Amino acid sequence: MSRKFQKKLKVLEYVRINELHYLLKMDTGGANAVFEPGQFVEVLVPGAKDAFLRRPISLHDVADDNSSFTMMIKIVGEGTRALSEVREGDELDIVFPLGHGFSINENHKKVLLVGGGCGVAPLLHLSKVAKEKGLQPYVLIGGKTANDILEADAYRKYAEVAIMTENAELGEKGMVTDHIWLKDGLKDFDFVYTCGPDPMMKAIAALAEEAGIGCEVSLENLMACGIGACLCCTVHTHEGNVRACVEGPVFNANQIIGWNQNENCHV
Amino acid sequence: MSDLKVNIGSLELKNPVMTASGTFGYGLEFEDFVDLNKLGGFVVKGTTLEIRQGNKYPRMAETPAGMLNAVGLQNKGVHAFVKDILPKIKHYNSHIVVNVAGSKLEDYVETAEILNSEKDIPAIELNVSCPNVKEGGMAFGTSCPAMVEVVKAVRNVWDRTMIVKLSPNVTNITDFAKVAEDEGADAISLINTLLGIAVDAKTRKPKLSTVTGGLSGPAVKPVALRMVWQCYNAVKIPIIGMGGIMNTEDAIEFMIAGATAIQVGTANFVNPAVTGEIVDGMEAWCKEHNIAKISDLIGSLEV
Ligand SMILES: Cc1cc2nc3c(=O)[nH]c(=O)nc-3n(C[C@H](O)[C@H](O)[C@H](O)COP(=O)(O)OP(=O)(O)OC[C@H]3O[C@@H](n4cnc5c(N)ncnc54)[C@H](O)[C@@H]3O)c2cc1C
Ligand SMILES: Cc1cc2nc3c(=O)[nH]c(=O)nc-3n(C[C@H](O)[C@H](O)[C@H](O)COP(=O)(O)O)c2cc1C
Ligand code: FES
Repeated sequence: MSRKFQKKLKVLEYVRINELHYLLKMDTGGANAVFEPGQFVEVLVPGAKDAFLRRPISLHDVADDNSSFTMMIKIVGEGTRALSEVREGDELDIVFPLGHGFSINENHKKVLLVGGGCGVAPLLHLSKVAKEKGLQPYVLIGGKTANDILEADAYRKYAEVAIMTENAELGEKGMVTDHIWLKDGLKDFDFVYTCGPDPMMKAIAALAEEAGIGCEVSLENLMACGIGACLCCTVHTHEGNVRACVEGPVFNANQIIGWNQNENCHV
Repeated sequence: MSDLKVNIGSLELKNPVMTASGTFGYGLEFEDFVDLNKLGGFVVKGTTLEIRQGNKYPRMAETPAGMLNAVGLQNKGVHAFVKDILPKIKHYNSHIVVNVAGSKLEDYVETAEILNSEKDIPAIELNVSCPNVKEGGMAFGTSCPAMVEVVKAVRNVWDRTMIVKLSPNVTNITDFAKVAEDEGADAISLINTLLGIAVDAKTRKPKLSTVTGGLSGPAVKPVALRMVWQCYNAVKIPIIGMGGIMNTEDAIEFMIAGATAIQVGTANFVNPAVTGEIVDGMEAWCKEHNIAKISDLIGSLEV
């Protein structure tokens, strides 16, 4: 495992995607960090009275030379709201990079990446690295409305992209599991990666099993420390209770026994 | 240079800063953030005789200025600790304290016996105050007769420094401090977490799988300081104070209230480098206030 850092990092860029979502691009402050897709960081929230613990946020994108990374954040409470008020040039105290990310097998050809809502966040960096390693990534993004479909164009640089919305505002109408890639075409893929609400990930894991292909899921358990010390983020697996922040957040779907039924991908 | 040394039983700590059990893993998790050699001591996760899986998720809820946890003593058991973990941490030039927990009297005794044959462990902290396991744990720390039994029994098999960690979930904590002292404890540590619940109004469900959990963080600091002060006036053995310490100033306040050493818990989650910063901060504080020996602060509260 690579070294972890705790540093005050400068906000290089703030982009408001829509009313509830924004991007923060952070300078890594010269840290010689190695970032894997699917890893996350822990952000200290400045000036928020009730957001006392750090907030875990996925790596959305990482600069080629590792000099910066971007976070895609959805406002769901006081912490993510306070972070939406920072501006370019401000500094945030961040612990990074954390956790065990997605595995990429260079023998795979076609891989499917499925994201629900802000669950797409870690999939941009994943599709980039997959492409660099010679794989052909396909990205399927789902949401209730067009407002939940975030930065879909960014993925087109590395992947073929399909969109599903429940109200048919964008892409096809329905849920991600209604899309042909998951419904009938899964056998054409070598592997599936997914991040989003637990029921969605659980359904995709079941489809992958049916199709006889591997599947990795990225969980978003509540965390206190993010570095493996408190055991609050426990995941019930076939290997016993393990830590989402160290052994995860990415797990092989068939390892998981206890899904948390996190309905609102608060992400 | 000010003298930061303090003594807990036969242990000399190079400074009063320790880590609180369950909040610092086995120390290894913090290697990138703190020089562990710099700490007075570190207390590892609650260790039981057998492996324990702990409670179901969700195990935590953030609350105003603090958090509730219901981890429930998840650990691999004392044998695995001795075999797999101790060899990785014993080289640190800082005292390793093992927090010992159990559900039955015999569990505490057997665990202590096993640890007693490991010469690299200079002290144990008897956890009779965990609120998060169904049977035992806190039961020993909230009934004086039960506590007499467990402290006496462990004292018989453990010949180095023994710290007894007290529960704040009692009417009069000094009764328990006295029991610990009378039965041969070398020191007491307090406070463990305060029992609480968090409710999700939308779903009308408790936020923790176990309904109740233990409250920690700045929210408990005034209660913890009060209990340290009361115990300081009730017993002669040294007190290790904790509960909501976030920075140097908080740590100094505990010493003034009567603590000989302090432990930092929840603050490690907010700032993983905090313990090292408090060591430096104490040094600076003593210099600024012309304190030659930090031990002069102990119990110096002017009332
Ligand atoms: C590994 C990991 C990666 C994450 N990546 C991202 C990301 O890239 N972008 C992003 O926007 N968010 C991400 N999250 C979620 C993010 O951490 C939370 O949304 C954030 O902590 C909420 O803070 P808050 O103060 O705004 O809301 P709070 O006031 O803390 O919470 C608001 C509501 O959301 C619920 N909630 C908060 N966190 C979670 C959770 N983890 N699981 C279930 N319910 C929760 C609370 O119970 C509450 O009902 C990630 C979480 C994890 C564990
Ligand atoms: C996540 C978590 C796990 C804990 N586990 C233990 C434990 O195993 N044994 C123990 O004696 N105390 C345990 N505690 C209690 C702490 O050691 C400490 O007594 C308490 O948190 C108060 O200090 P603080 O406010 O600085 O955190 C735990 C606390 C937390 C937050
Ligand atoms: S959040 Fe503390 S161990 Fe995972």
